[in-house]
Amino acid sequence: MNFANAFTPERLQEAWNCLLTEFPFAIWETLYSTLLATLLAIVIGLPLGIILVTGEQKGIRPLPRWLMSFLNIFINLLRSVPFIILMVMVIPLTRVIVGTSVGTLASVVPLTVAAFPFIARLVESSLREVNPNIIETAQSMGASPFQIVMHALLPESVPSLITNFTLAITTIMGYTAMSGAVGGGGLGKLALAYGYQRYRYAVLYLAVIVLVILTQIMQSFGTWLARKCDKRLKNK
Amino acid sequence: MIELRNLSKNFVTADGPVDALKHINLTINNGDIYGIIGMSGAGKSTLVRCINMLERPTDGTVLLDGKDLSTLRGRELREMRRKVTMIFQGFNLLMQRTCLQNIMLPLRFAHKAGPEAEKRAMELLEIVGLPDKANSYPAQLSGGQQQRIAIARALATQPDVLLCDEATSALDPKTTHSILELIRDINAKLGITVIVITHQMSVVQEICNRVAILENGTVVEEGTVSEVFSNPRANATRNLVYPDMADGASILPDGGQHVRVIFNGAVASKKPLLAQMALDIGICASIIGASTRSVGDRAYGYLMLEIPGTPQDLARAVTYLSSTPDVTVQVEAEYAAKEGTV
Repeated sequence: MNFANAFTPERLQEAWNCLLTEFPFAIWETLYSTLLATLLAIVIGLPLGIILVTGEQKGIRPLPRWLMSFLNIFINLLRSVPFIILMVMVIPLTRVIVGTSVGTLASVVPLTVAAFPFIARLVESSLREVNPNIIETAQSMGASPFQIVMHALLPESVPSLITNFTLAITTIMGYTAMSGAVGGGGLGKLALAYGYQRYRYAVLYLAVIVLVILTQIMQSFGTWLARKCDKRLKNK
Repeated sequence: MIELRNLSKNFVTADGPVDALKHINLTINNGDIYGIIGMSGAGKSTLVRCINMLERPTDGTVLLDGKDLSTLRGRELREMRRKVTMIFQGFNLLMQRTCLQNIMLPLRFAHKAGPEAEKRAMELLEIVGLPDKANSYPAQLSGGQQQRIAIARALATQPDVLLCDEATSALDPKTTHSILELIRDINAKLGITVIVITHQMSVVQEICNRVAILENGTVVEEGTVSEVFSNPRANATRNLVYPDMADGASILPDGGQHVRVIFNGAVASKKPLLAQMALDIGICASIIGASTRSVGDRAYGYLMLEIPGTPQDLARAVTYLSSTPDVTVQVEAEYAAKEGTV
């Protein structure tokens, strides 16, 4: 790397132009793949996380032991595959679903596959934070297991779920940058293909800075929302 | 009417099996405020949870108006729980929901959400004296107010029985008093049978008409409150009734002749009993310990006396004291062997 050459006035001018021309679309691609992947991961991960808690032997709706073991092992397996390898491994699946394995939309598939086990674990931990007495109380009122989940477990853990989903979103945004390596679009691709491979380090750093700012915004918003939703806090 | 027949509950813990409840037999009549009192670990909470099947009894039956609750499953079980509701020590309100939503929760579970449920919830807020808290969140309320909301919630499905599991144990004495008053009101006005689980004597004394004393998973004493408290027979009961002299026998000096004089509603204030005994039969007893309560002009409680002299003197003293109405006398040598009224 030759940093001296990377930040000459011409290079900086070039980076500035890039910021105006290439970045808006890259930011859009990053946000779109992050949000879509998070949404899909929640759609799969939320019910899975609920089952992890309610299906235990001491849960409110015990499921067969073998099924729970299978789910746990399955989630741990997916969680232990490094994302960069997972992306390659799910290419056949991506082809089936999207029709191609290249592009931003295609990158949503590996992102979702990587994120849903993570979300399931986060949901599991959020639900475990709920005071067990609340569950007993709901049972004493004649609630069915489904009603306990819908009207007691989930509403009580909303602030915690928001905090954890924020964590998930920022992590997934980090993954989108990696997906640039195998044909996904966004800031990651810009940083790698444009900044790194063509030695435009100013662009690379600029992409990183924009990613940092996006992460900060998402995190601050998530923290604010979680606080706003939490009715346990007095004096608001 | 609730009948517990030969109810037993065993748990398997890491330290081996535990018999939480052993062959409990109790009958609770409609309209009773029935106290179940015991030290922590006596099995009170397990017992109350067996009534609404939050805990399944290992053995025995729970009959509600003749119907065996332990056979209920699924929908039937949930419907029963709408008629046998419960309040808790920790209130257990949904912290993320308003008071109104909390009270409507059991109705929602019964598929009765809607304007009607809201109207019912507002009525209940009136009953518990918090009509202005409909849109407040539990965190904004005091402990006593939270328990009132929990009571309103427990009444939403128009239950026949209200189970109170240490419902006032987290509250200060003044708030306890007001919550107990509310529970008594509900019992009187709505005719709901109340079962009160507590370790506090004062709670039973204040609202219960009958009481059972639980120790190590067995009922050691049962009866009307005045009966049981004025003349506690089992050791566990004495520990609860006279906590300041937990074990009466142990504080006695060695040697000497000791008798326990129990006032069971005696009109004692008019007659100086011990002075009179000294005059009448010449025995000067000294007071070693005492714990009495006055209810109206009647005395409940006991005196622990040391009687000087020979065993004959002791026998004379016992005969003399026993002749007073509503007074029972126990010689402590026999008390040490647990029971025995002379």
